[in-house]
Parts: sequence; structure tokens; C-alpha cells
Amino acid sequence: MIDLLFYIFASLMLLSALAMVLNKNAVNSAMCMIVALVSTAGLFVLLEAYFLAILQVLVYAGAVMVLFLFIIMLLDVDKEENYEYLKHKFAFVARLLGFSLLFFLVFNSFSEMHLPATDLVQISNEGEAGTIAFSNTAKSFGQILFTKYMFPFQVIGFLLLVAMIGVIVISKKHSTDTEQ
Amino acid sequence: MTIGINEFIIVSSLLFLVGFFGVIFRRNTIIIYMSIELMLNAINLALVAFSRYNNTMDGSIFVFFIMTVAAAEVAVGLAIIVMLYRQKQTVLVNELNQLKG
Repeated sequence: MIDLLFYIFASLMLLSALAMVLNKNAVNSAMCMIVALVSTAGLFVLLEAYFLAILQVLVYAGAVMVLFLFIIMLLDVDKEENYEYLKHKFAFVARLLGFSLLFFLVFNSFSEMHLPATDLVQISNEGEAGTIAFSNTAKSFGQILFTKYMFPFQVIGFLLLVAMIGVIVISKKHSTDTEQ
Repeated sequence: MTIGINEFIIVSSLLFLVGFFGVIFRRNTIIIYMSIELMLNAINLALVAFSRYNNTMDGSIFVFFIMTVAAAEVAVGLAIIVMLYRQKQTVLVNELNQLKG
């Protein structure tokens, strides 16, 4: 059952990601992207990371993609992209070489050398010394964020503040320029 | 056949490849940004799989941080794209070929 769900979610994710890259319409791309992100949340659920799955749906599929759709519809870009550069014969050879090299690297590295164990381990309550065992509750997330990762947590809060101020400054500067 | 960590890592690297080719081949800045998000998402998947496999919490916390950074990056990047569009009336990277603002 879990195998089947894995294949369903993984293929849905990869196909919609491919559709997102290949689609010419930006709004359709954003919709495919939402499907890809929700399928990733499904894979998180299969990995028993329930909190991260919910966070994925809320932050990525919710906030980030709404922002993307808002910008796409605000800009209303209907100009066709020019793909003439893909028809050049050197571009074709380069694409062929690049694709073959990348797929060779990916599949060769996974077929020759396996990672140590192939099965998911059972969740146990105690981790190794100095590490905190994997847990899927929001409570353990809060606990580890406010103890072991206190400093990165504050840095990330500061980063959000900087991003917010940066966006305000970027958007505000131009509006005064055009009015003058 | 049970699903182990290998399958998750293969799927994650394939997703990363799709995002990578999106960045290379597309010329629309917004699509390039979405492809970057896709690559970050692939990394998130790999980190959760490793975290689950190693039975430690650190990978999941990293995913938490990556999501936060991605949200901040999207906000700033889209503001820059809107500014670019107001200045140049285009979001295609092959038409944005001036260093002078």
C-alpha cells in the first residue's frame, strides 16, 4: 500500500514538475507547480514527517504560490518566449551531451553504489548520543528549535525582518521616482 | 519490494534535474524562479528522507529553515521582478541585457 502511494505521489510530482517547466502559459505552470508541491507533501507524509507536510502545504502551496500567481496576473505577460536559440545545431548537440551526461551520472551513481541500507528504520525513542531522535510532532519541533537551534532560529527571524524591509524599500523607491 | 531511502533520493534528484533544466531552458523570469523553488523542494525531500533514515531531527529542522529562506527569497525576488517589469516592460531574461539600471 505504501509502495503504491509512493509511486503515485512520486510520478505525479515528477510529471507535474515537467509540465510546469514545459508549459508556455505562466498561469498553467503555476497550477502544475501547486500539484507538484502538494505531491511532495504526500511524500513527506509517507516519510512520517506530518508536521513538515502540513507546513509544505501551508507555506509553499499556499503562501508562496499565491504570491507567484498574484505577480503573474499583475504583470500580465502575454509575450511569447523566443525559442529560436534551441534550433541551432550546436544547441542540439550541447543539449544531447548535457542530458546524456546528467542521466548517466544519476543512474550510474545509484545502480553501482548503494547507500548503506535500503529500508526505513523503525522510529525509536532514543537517538544516538548528542542527537535528538526523529519525531513527527510539532511539540518536538518547538523543543529542538528553542534549545539546540536557538541561534539559527533567531537568525532566520532576523532574515524574515530584513526581507520584509527590503521588499518595502524596493517597492517604495520606484513609486517616488515615477511621481517626480 | 519495499520503498527505502534509495527510491526517495532518486526521485529527489530527478526533481532537482527537472528544476535545473527549467532554469537553463526557460527565459521567463517567473518560471525560472518557480524552477528554483522546485530545486529547493527536491533538496527538502532528500533532507527529510535522510533525517528519517538516520533517525535524527536535524534534517527536518533544516527543512524548516530552508522553507523560511525560500519564502523570504520569493518575496524579495518577486518585488525585484515587478520593478524590472516597470522599468523595462519585460520579464524575459534575453531582453534584460543591460548592466546600467
